Amino acid sequence: MSFFGLDCFRKEERELERKLRANDREYNLSFRYATNAIKTSKYNLFSFLPLNLFEQFQRIANAYFLFLLVLQVIPQISSLSWFTTVVPLVLVLSVTAAKDATDDINRHRSDNQVNNRKVQVLIDRKLRSEKWMDVQVGDIIKLENNQFVTADLLLLSSSEPLNLVYIETAELDGETNLKVRQALPVTGDLGDDIEKLADFNGEVLCEPPNNRLDRFTGTLAFSGQKYPLDNEKILLRGCTLRNTEWCFGLVLFGGPETKLMQNCGKSTFKRTSIDRLMNVLVLCIFGFLACMCIILAIGNYFWELNKGSQFTVFLPRLDGNSAAFSAFLTFWSYVIILNTVVPISLYVSVEIIRLGNSFYIDWDRKMYFARNDTPAEARTTTLNEELGQIKYVFSDKTGTLTQNIMTFNKCSINGKTYGDVFDYTGQRLEITEHTETVDFSFNPLADPRFMFHDHALVEAVKLENPEVHAFFRLLALCHTVMAEEKKEGELFYQAQSPDEGALVTAARNFGFVFRSRTPDSISIVEMGKQRSYELLAILDFNNVRKRMSIIVRTPEGKLSLYCKGADTIIYERLHQSCSKLMDVTTEHLNEFAGEGLRTLALAYKDLDEEYFEQWKQRHHEASTALDDRGGKLDQLYEEIEKDLLLLGATAIEDKLQDGVPQTIEQLSKADIKIWVLTGDKQETAENIGYSCNLLREEMNEVFIVSGNSHEDVKQELRNARTSMKPDAAENSVFLPESVSGKSVKVMADEVVNGEYGLVINGHSLAYALERSMELEFLKTACMCKAVICCRVTPLQKAQVVELVKKYKQAVTLAIGDGANDVSMIKAAHIGVGISGQEGMQAVLSSDYSFAQFRFLQRLLLVHGRWSYLRMCKFLRYFFYKNFTFTFVHFWYAFFCGFSAQTVYDEWFITLYNLVYTALPVLGMSLFEQDVNDVWSFQHPQLYVPGQLNLYFSKKAFFKCALHSCYSSLVLFFIPYATMQDTVRDDGKDVADYQSFALLTQTCLLFAVTIQLGFEMSYWTAVNTFFVLGSLAMYFAVTFTMYSNGMFLMLPSAFPFIGTARNSLNQPNVWLTIFLTSILCVLPVLTYRFLLIQLCPTINDKVMFKVRQAKASPPPPPRRTRIRRTSSRRSGYAFSHAQGYGDLVTSGRFLRRPAISRSSGFTHAGRTTTGFSPMGRSAGYSPTGRPQNAKVPDVEVMSLQMYRTITDAAL
Amino acid sequence: MVKQEQELDNRPDNTAFTQQRLPAWQPMLSAGIVIPGFVLIGLAFIGIGIALFVTSRSIQVLEIDYTGVAQDSPCYRCSDPDTKDCMCSMDFSIDTLFKGPVFFYYGLTNYFQNYRRYGASKDANQLSGDLKYFTNPSSDCSPYQYDNDKPIVPCGSIANSMFNDTFKLYQIVNGTRKQVPLDGKGIAWWTDYNVKYRNPSVTPLENAFNGTVKPVFWSRPAYKLDPTDPANNGFINQDFLVWMRRAALPNFRKLYRRITEGDYAEGLPAGNYTLEIAYNYPVLSFDGEKKVVFSNVSWMGGKNEFLGIAYLVIGSLCIVMSIVMLIVYAKFKFPEED
Repeated sequence: MSFFGLDCFRKEERELERKLRANDREYNLSFRYATNAIKTSKYNLFSFLPLNLFEQFQRIANAYFLFLLVLQVIPQISSLSWFTTVVPLVLVLSVTAAKDATDDINRHRSDNQVNNRKVQVLIDRKLRSEKWMDVQVGDIIKLENNQFVTADLLLLSSSEPLNLVYIETAELDGETNLKVRQALPVTGDLGDDIEKLADFNGEVLCEPPNNRLDRFTGTLAFSGQKYPLDNEKILLRGCTLRNTEWCFGLVLFGGPETKLMQNCGKSTFKRTSIDRLMNVLVLCIFGFLACMCIILAIGNYFWELNKGSQFTVFLPRLDGNSAAFSAFLTFWSYVIILNTVVPISLYVSVEIIRLGNSFYIDWDRKMYFARNDTPAEARTTTLNEELGQIKYVFSDKTGTLTQNIMTFNKCSINGKTYGDVFDYTGQRLEITEHTETVDFSFNPLADPRFMFHDHALVEAVKLENPEVHAFFRLLALCHTVMAEEKKEGELFYQAQSPDEGALVTAARNFGFVFRSRTPDSISIVEMGKQRSYELLAILDFNNVRKRMSIIVRTPEGKLSLYCKGADTIIYERLHQSCSKLMDVTTEHLNEFAGEGLRTLALAYKDLDEEYFEQWKQRHHEASTALDDRGGKLDQLYEEIEKDLLLLGATAIEDKLQDGVPQTIEQLSKADIKIWVLTGDKQETAENIGYSCNLLREEMNEVFIVSGNSHEDVKQELRNARTSMKPDAAENSVFLPESVSGKSVKVMADEVVNGEYGLVINGHSLAYALERSMELEFLKTACMCKAVICCRVTPLQKAQVVELVKKYKQAVTLAIGDGANDVSMIKAAHIGVGISGQEGMQAVLSSDYSFAQFRFLQRLLLVHGRWSYLRMCKFLRYFFYKNFTFTFVHFWYAFFCGFSAQTVYDEWFITLYNLVYTALPVLGMSLFEQDVNDVWSFQHPQLYVPGQLNLYFSKKAFFKCALHSCYSSLVLFFIPYATMQDTVRDDGKDVADYQSFALLTQTCLLFAVTIQLGFEMSYWTAVNTFFVLGSLAMYFAVTFTMYSNGMFLMLPSAFPFIGTARNSLNQPNVWLTIFLTSILCVLPVLTYRFLLIQLCPTINDKVMFKVRQAKASPPPPPRRTRIRRTSSRRSGYAFSHAQGYGDLVTSGRFLRRPAISRSSGFTHAGRTTTGFSPMGRSAGYSPTGRPQNAKVPDVEVMSLQMYRTITDAAL
Repeated sequence: MVKQEQELDNRPDNTAFTQQRLPAWQPMLSAGIVIPGFVLIGLAFIGIGIALFVTSRSIQVLEIDYTGVAQDSPCYRCSDPDTKDCMCSMDFSIDTLFKGPVFFYYGLTNYFQNYRRYGASKDANQLSGDLKYFTNPSSDCSPYQYDNDKPIVPCGSIANSMFNDTFKLYQIVNGTRKQVPLDGKGIAWWTDYNVKYRNPSVTPLENAFNGTVKPVFWSRPAYKLDPTDPANNGFINQDFLVWMRRAALPNFRKLYRRITEGDYAEGLPAGNYTLEIAYNYPVLSFDGEKKVVFSNVSWMGGKNEFLGIAYLVIGSLCIVMSIVMLIVYAKFKFPEED
């Protein structure tokens, strides 16, 4: 390990491939692979100071102050004592260093904790407990259940059959469901035999360390044979072993070379727009400073020429000093004196304010989600004020707007709908939490969480209505769900998609309980009777078929095909005899769709034994065919799935998260545009768009762009635009500033009458995002109130965000919950992760995280707005107070021969920013609120000024500078005029330099403090204490500094002795202070008052209202959900790409037998198996291999690749 | 997940501070506060302004320029820098009683005591009586640090340029000159005299200055500044202290003497006076002017009409603005709807 801990320097030569031999430490050591110790800390005890200082001085402000310090050492230039620069600099450096140090100590601590974990290692033919950091490449280690995987391992053997192990990858990608890994049979035979394991001397040749979590290539050479290795045999560091008693693994990569650590890349450093503006302003200030210094230097030149040369009697020039040289020195002297225009404490204060506001977010109980004990978290502490400027919100759908929980809501069976509740007058009732639910107690196997409100359906089941029974039998049989029954009667379903889980659960509750399956049988409990169906074939779902069927033989020996799928698809394959039923069902389907429910049509058919035998034969041939297997199978499926008989339809509600429609309405009132980017299908996305208020029936038009070629898409976009704005001028797209030759074009917002929506499909989006069309797309999209992009890939999500960022000078926010949102979260100015169901990946790369989408409105409308307001007020005031402070020096220069004489006492200069004015402004920036949160919600329009950058911009900055200019004129010339030739009331001098300095600085402090008082609209006790305390502090410090005692200690450091006593007891001094304070404040007051009266801003109006209401406002009226009837057909319920059928029939996932059944039922095939119970009830377990052949190539660096896209059906 | 439902470990605290509900006073710039506020401030300012103005008017000031630029000035001949030990006298008369106590100032214009290098050119340690710095003055004092390799005490430009004109004031009573007694004690700040400047505790004082030389421009060494009063020598000479308290602005006046004694305790009676000036201090080279000022003081210090006028002007402005605001408020009243 290198001394400075900069491990990255160590990689001089790139490793091309890795060679290692098990149980041979000496051999492996020769390659000098990294050990398993990790180090995420940056510093150690010795390197901290130099490294940290080096880093800090890379900041321009700090470097500038160092430069000033150098200047101050030169006696000819030094216009200020060294301490005026050193004290603030040291303070600023130490505050930052302390923060860095605590961060690093925490990292050290976590490193130590991880490095000192224990693991059993096979050393010298014995298992020994070792620390993690002592594990080396080539060691064989033993892991036990629920242990973290120590390093990247090659799985050798495990306790489970077939050498399987189950792992949870939550730390890697956040998925809580289990994945399976399987060892090679040859190593699996080693078992837990220590002797055999110790003799194992396999050699592994594999890829060098990299960060691809989903890929691994290598070979194992053992006893003369070579075995290929892939990702399925690798356990990665960061995973947890589950449901596996023990396993043995061979360490391939250790510590920093593990894939986990290789993936801990640097996240991109985000800056806020205020940051960027501040940098520009600081540069402007530097320029301005240079100008002032040049003016003063020129002034000095002429003064020296005219007056200085005559004044040499009393002030001799140093030998050979010409006026020009003096002017040169003066320039630098003024650079020192006027340095306060570049405020060093600015950055520190800004950091403190942001930190404070981040804590407020962490502490907010209204953003705390009690159900899973998740508080909101500000993961980045540097972006707060940007939350108050969001113009575009890009939201994911699944898991963000929706809960990703599917509930079986309604169904239509044989032309009758179930699911609605009616009162005795026949009026349909709104279903609320209080609606009575159906009692499923007749069914001991029912899932208690399942709710249904329509009693008619249970009655129908109990009455043994054959269609109803067939309906539920189909739901219980036709699926790929896995069941596990750990305890008698406690069933857990592991479903591939939440929809499927919901359907099977519904069947379970209505008395058709799917209980277990084997590769060739399905056993269900039908109304209390156990029945086993022989599973003959699964005709699996895929994206083209949009349906799945199974063929079973009933216990009675009848052959049946059950099919469920998208209504359009099923309808094409129905027998003519059910055309009447089709019409009725279509009506029901439309009704369901209108309510935003996801529908599926169900159908069945009885099969002829003979035909099936023949079909099965052909099926077998097709499935073993070498070429075009898929095509042949499809054809076979097509053949058998026809002349079906319609059973009915199901309607599943994709449950929205709480408060989503309200949140979206609030945000759109705040003029925030919401774009939904989802991997879901167009129908589903549209539905959700309607149900969450994004799209509305009242909208003038919702354009749908789904063209399949460049030209089509272009035409569709054009058409949309012309219908929105027929007379749209083509060339008025850009703001005039684009003409000025700026490389970045900024697109102006176009105003259209009416509300429009845009829905664009994934493949059309691909064309729309092409270089030639992106502007076309953006123009159209921005004219619409709501935009929904469906079937987008993660990469496209990021592209859309980038597009808006590029051409719109607007702040963007992306919110999502899954790994497919990571790219967009990283691309947007602000990324928000929903710390909910889908895992941690989005959260880990996000800047803010919370559990519910509805918290977004609080984050933006309250925290964001306040943060922005506070930051802007802080900056405006901070620049004001520093400019005022500095400009006084400028005016004084004209009266002191441009000699760089300071106006104030040096101690005052030192302490002004640090002590006298620091806390009041910090107090303001931490507590300020114009109106409280309730009112902020009541008036979302309050958010608009932030989007328009109204509170702090170059203009506002310029105004600040003018204001300070005025104040400084007052602050210099009023004392100048009042002190001119004045004496004390005992006749002694008071017009001396020291008294003048004291007077001016006191005036200044009063003026800026009073100004602060007017800036502040929220005076808490803390603020009052800070303001008054700082003034008191000023007098206390001043009197102390000017006291006899201090002077006697250090005569040269405290020359102002007695000044305070001698001048602050004079009435005219106080009258001057009073006069300057009033004179500084009155014009501001007048201006503001007139502004409020003549053109009040939204803030003024709301504040006025608040004042009138005094009490808190009445709660917003409860919105009732609007029911729509719509002819739009909803999406079908599958939301995934590839079926699960193979897996079910292959038995690959089968585990040890679960507890034996109490029933005497015997299985035809293997013993009863269960599926691993981990994960969410509605979740499903991807197989660990990419289900999607075209995994989008998004950010190979990220963990992205590891996860399959769950809802992007490409 | 189910078992965690009861545990709310991460639930944030419900305090007014963390939930940003601290009670606060929220003032607003409403017409009800601003307009009366302006009227009140305006009235107060006018009141103070009148008081200040009247007071300032009652202060008597008499200024006599004795630079001698004009040929008819009695000090014209002294203004030639080559003339040494020149004396001149200025005559003036007072019409009414110049109420006492009368303060006697000298004034300089165009004199940059506030020039940075000038102001820095002293050694605070030396002036506080530290003998170490007698032999080794601070380099700040340069070029008045050493004179012919001997340390200058007190060193530096300020000390070196000490004002050295002296004045005697006579009242002409029936043709004869009657000297007006001038009080030179207590003209410097108490803190300067008692704390800031210290002589080394060496007796006789002269010994402390062994091995040092007087400032170049001085005619006498520091320990002999006031031959009449041994306690007024060294660094704690009142005139020296007054000079060392450098002025903030290029035009300044400094207290020279007070007229508080004898017949003049009540002030200078009406009559003719002669000011006898020992003209030593050269100012013509930098277009400076020298003057003497007689003034009395009030509770608000010396005469300064600016403060009173400023208060009056701002007070009136406040009243005017309040009327303007009232009109605006009445006409364009804050729109209450939405």
